[in-house]
Parts: sequence; C-alpha cells; structure tokens
Amino acid sequence: MKEVDIVIVGGGPAGLAAALTAASCSASVLLVDDGLQLGGQLIKQTHKFFGSSQQFAGIRGIEIARNFIHEIKKSSNIEVLTQATVTGYYEDGVLTILEGFNGNKLIKVKPKRMIVATGASENMLPFINNDLPGVYGAGAVQTLMNVYGVVPGKEVLMVGAGNIGLIVAYQLMQANIQVKAIVEAMPCIGGYWVHASKIRRLGVPIYTSCTLKEVKGDEKVEGVTISNIDKGFNFIPQTEKEFNVDTVCLAVGLSPLAELLWQADCQMAYIPELCGYVPQRDENMKTSNDMIYIAGDVAGIEEASSAMVEGQVAGLNAAASLNLYHKEYSQIKQKFKRQLAQLRNNSMCEAITKGVQKATIKKGGDYVYSR
Amino acid sequence: MSIPGSGIPTKDDLKKVIPPSKVLGQGPVVIVECFQNIPCDPCAASCPSGAIQPFEDINDLPAVDYAKCTGCGLCIASCPGLAIFVVDVNYSNTEALIKLPYELLPIPQKGQVVSGLDRAGQKVADVKVMKVLKNKNKTNVVSILVPKDLAMVIRNIRVEEIVNG
Repeated sequence: MKEVDIVIVGGGPAGLAAALTAASCSASVLLVDDGLQLGGQLIKQTHKFFGSSQQFAGIRGIEIARNFIHEIKKSSNIEVLTQATVTGYYEDGVLTILEGFNGNKLIKVKPKRMIVATGASENMLPFINNDLPGVYGAGAVQTLMNVYGVVPGKEVLMVGAGNIGLIVAYQLMQANIQVKAIVEAMPCIGGYWVHASKIRRLGVPIYTSCTLKEVKGDEKVEGVTISNIDKGFNFIPQTEKEFNVDTVCLAVGLSPLAELLWQADCQMAYIPELCGYVPQRDENMKTSNDMIYIAGDVAGIEEASSAMVEGQVAGLNAAASLNLYHKEYSQIKQKFKRQLAQLRNNSMCEAITKGVQKATIKKGGDYVYSR
Repeated sequence: MSIPGSGIPTKDDLKKVIPPSKVLGQGPVVIVECFQNIPCDPCAASCPSGAIQPFEDINDLPAVDYAKCTGCGLCIASCPGLAIFVVDVNYSNTEALIKLPYELLPIPQKGQVVSGLDRAGQKVADVKVMKVLKNKNKTNVVSILVPKDLAMVIRNIRVEEIVNG
C-alpha cells in the first residue's frame, strides 16, 4: 500500500495550484489525472485570461499550464500519475486508482488527506437528431482543434453564448472554420461582452432568445433549424431559420463532477447558482469529511482564475491540517481569501457569490490557532 | 447595459469611451471599448505613461487620463478582451490611422490592401496596412489607414490570402 500525505484528484487549474501550494508546505503529494498529460482544460485555452495582472491575467491558458507543469516537475515533493483514474474511496481511507491506457493496473493508495479537483462535465441538450455524428460538446471541439490540431468540420452552429461558446466560436474562426451563428436561449449574452464584441467583429451573428430545434441529416449533420423561443422556452412559430452546417457545437453549461464525493458520503447540496450538486465546505475548502478538501469546478462552476485560488486555499489548509505549515500561513491565507473576494466582486459573479455563501457551512478555523 | 442583446456597443456605450474631439485632434489616442465590470486589469499594468489609471478594484472599468496618453499602443496587445484601439483621426487631411489587435492568419503585410470591417464584421471600405507589429504574446497589432469618416466605424480587418502571381 502506497502512503502519501495528500492525494490530489485532477490535474486541471485547481489541482495544479493545490499541488504546488501543498508541496511548498513540505507535504508529499500524489497528483492523479486521467488525461494523457496534466493541465485539464487549461491546455485547450488559447485565449488570454482575465483576472489580476499580478496573477495570470493576459497570459494564455496554455502558457499557464506550461508554467505550472514546469514547476511541478521541479518539485521533489510531487509525484505525478497521468492516464490514471481514481475509481473509489473506501471507508478506511484507501483510494483505488486504475492506471494505464486500458486501465489494467490497479494501485491502492492511503493518503492522509485528499483534495478533489475533478472539475465538471458538459451538459447535453435535447433536440431532434442530437446523436448524429457532427454534434460535439465544446470541450471536445477544443480538444480536437487545440490539442490534436484536427478541425471538427467546415461550417459550425454554436449553441450557447456563455464564455465557453463565445471563446470556442472565436477559436474556430481562428482555425479558419466558419461559424454560421451563435444561438442563445436566454434573452441576453451570458459571457463577457468583450468576447461577444470580438466574435461580432468577425461577422458572426448572435441570436438571443433563440435555440436549436432540429439537426438534419441521415448519417451525419447536414443542416440545422433554429427557432426563437418565448419566456417559457417554447418555440415561437414562423421564426425558424435554416443553416447548412456540418457541425453543431454545444456550449450549454457544465455540471460539477462530484461522484467521488458522493461515494465518500460528503454532505452535498443542490445549489443552482453553482450549477448542480456540490459538496458543502468550510472556508478552508474542507468538506464534511475531515479528510477531504475540494477546489475548482467540482465545488461550483466558475472561472479558471478562481479555481486556481481555491486550489491554493485547499492545498495550504490540507497541509496545515497535517501540521505542515507554510512559513507565512496566516498572511498567505488572508491573501487568497482577498483574491477570491476580488475575483467575485462584480455583477457577473453575484449568483456565484450567493451560491458559495449557501455552500459554505462553517467559517473554517485557522489551523495555526486551532491547534 | 445595451450590449447583452447584440454584442455590439451602442452609440451611447461608445460616447462613454470616445475621447472629446479636442483630444482626438491632437494625435493618436487610446479608445478602450470595455463596458462591463469584470475582474481584469492588464491594460493599466501595461501602460508605460500612467494614462490608463491604476485600478482601485480589479473589477473597475479602465479610466484614461488623455493628457498622459501617447498613443503608443502597448495596451492593445495586453488586453485579454481585444477591446483596445488607438486612433489618430488627423493622420492626414483625408485619412485616419487605426491600430487594432489581430489574432488571425494570414498576418497581413505592410502595404497590403485589406477589407476594413465595422463592429458587426461588415466590410465598409478597402484599407491599407501601414504597419504590422508582431508580438511575443501572439496578439499582433496592425496599423491601418482608413477614410477619416470611418475612424470610429472600422474596428477589424479581413485579410485574403495573397495568391502568387
């Protein structure tokens, strides 16, 4: 049985930040990711990030991942397992991990603490022919294009004008793929306005209060019908438009990927502002199980910039709970708290702030003083 | 709050960010088409002359002290939202110079004539590329010469592949 101070499940922005912070407190860390390489969604993000210029703003996600991975390789406290899926958490605190391309190697680990940073999964949308080849999630389109250099098609309808829909539409245009239109069921654009303006300047229309009604085609996507919808999300007759496209890209939201936390019997709550069932936590990102911490989208759907700070909070406090203190524990903890508050201090994040308040059940003591 | 419907800033939105005509007449100046409070501040950090004021809160909208702006355009490539432009309305008697961010291929060449697009991506004029600044962060800054009356209209370009011949 392998023993380690902290296992971190998920090597995206939250997990990477958690690993580096925990390692900086001298904790031994095992970072487990199911991907071929670390980085999670960061390795697909070719756009420059928002946030504070003191943190990662202005840097492309792909570069942020590169910097993180470089630091992690340098750290002697961090062991990395890629192509490895954490499949179970048992009552005696043992984790099972399936490693390898076929998942045919079983590893058992007993960590003192676990940080779950598993991220989110993409939502699906019901419409006629939604199972035809050519219907993709936005994450899949990004993986194909930005990781493997494969274009998904020639002409695309984007469904969803949140940040992901707007950003992926822009990335498709950069890859010289025509985006015929973006449809958004809500009456207004959900993503950052600058992203929307950027895509409009490329001549891509955005139709709000409008959604995908039907995909046409026998064996693959050959066209789409879109329709305006009323406030009750019912199709409005005679408002249909048709486009010839070979690809439909769905960017209709994310749901926290919390199976491991359900299995570990953490207290969960349905919080719409955080996009689904999320674990209740204290301000240190500790769940109802003293062994288990969380960070990133699994704790509630948000931006990568706040996921990274949450990862730092979880890494810092999971280590501190093992008597492994960062030399500036109290100051750095306050700094992270301040950064999170700043990132959420805008009207776009009103719902998130409310959701985080609902999900935070305890203040979360300071480990230094609670000893 | 007009952008959410269309993604295109309205005249009222633009009024808030287009400098007074006196300032515009004095040479190249920055126009920050950023209308939403989001956590983002690289523009202020990039400004070498302190014209884009330091942010008190990271969610502030950029505020420009036009007296300090030299029109250098360093902020253009720093903006994650590609929302910053520099405009010199008095470049010549008939033409204005616009510096804009560009992240598509092919990268235009100096002297090339490309399509000048408005904020909806519609072509409104042929424009001439005066300079292409290739940046390390891969947001290139392209300077274009446009008819003076389109100085506040053109905000993008479309570059056709140059066919050998």
